[in-house]
Amino acid sequence: MSQFLYMSGYAAYVWPSIVLTLALLVLNVLWARQLTREAQAEARRRIANEEAP
Amino acid sequence: MNWVWFHRFGSPPYFYAVVGRIVPWLAWPAGLLIAAGLYGGVVMAPPDYQQSDAARIMYVHVPAAYVGLMAYTVMAVSAAIGLVWRLKVCHAVAAACAPIGASFTAVCLITGMLWGQPMWGAWWVWDPRLVSMLVLLFFFIGYMGLRGAIDDLQRADRASAVLASVGIINVPIVHYSVVWWNSLHQGASLIRKGGPAMPASMWVPLVLVIFGFTFYFYAVMLMRARAEVLRRDRGGSWVRDLLTTPEQPK
Repeated sequence: MSQFLYMSGYAAYVWPSIVLTLALLVLNVLWARQLTREAQAEARRRIANEEAP
Repeated sequence: MNWVWFHRFGSPPYFYAVVGRIVPWLAWPAGLLIAAGLYGGVVMAPPDYQQSDAARIMYVHVPAAYVGLMAYTVMAVSAAIGLVWRLKVCHAVAAACAPIGASFTAVCLITGMLWGQPMWGAWWVWDPRLVSMLVLLFFFIGYMGLRGAIDDLQRADRASAVLASVGIINVPIVHYSVVWWNSLHQGASLIRKGGPAMPASMWVPLVLVIFGFTFYFYAVMLMRARAEVLRRDRGGSWVRDLLTTPEQPK
């Protein structure tokens, strides 16, 4: 296992690359979800404002 | 052939409803393919005969580059269609591509630096492939900046679509940079004459991650485009119907 993590001495280059890419994948999903929620909330606000006298 | 099914995507309510149903079917294959490909590449695949385990950076660097280029192509084509046929949905798709493409291009450049330092002895070199990829990142950033700088949505759509269409010239330059110029960056190793320059234990995981990233890109891009369509039409009657009917969408 430690052999695997060691990456023949390239651990400092391989692992940051992989962690960064996984972070990219997670963050892009969260970002897209956030935008969807914001757009829905904004549309709901607008409907509520129109219905209020 | 009857293209009515495709033309219906130009309608915001149809796009919003159908895309909402399509996204999960892209997301699940994306997750499975990426997990399988990264396991195959980082854990199972043999180390490279010259670069040893440092070559495992390939399994994230190459797919990230691929998504960067694909995102730009989809963005430019969609923006050009939006420009010619004045389709709001196409501009929403183009706008959705940019931040994803920019982030993948940035990660491609950073993982490339992390690969370049141990192999070339330098984080960065002014090499045709690296510079053309940096220009790709600048086109994404310029596109987003231009959209953000113009308040009128229609004008922002048109101006940014022109920029995106012009920038497509950079995509073949990135691809052929390693052929046209003397580059430190290695040439195409997967799709080339004589087959992949590596054994199946290495190229199969790479191809899985590339396919996984492709599904991932379309899933996230469509999520963003859907949010953008809703944001643009927030005063529209279909949005009212959608949000005030008893069964709430996800």
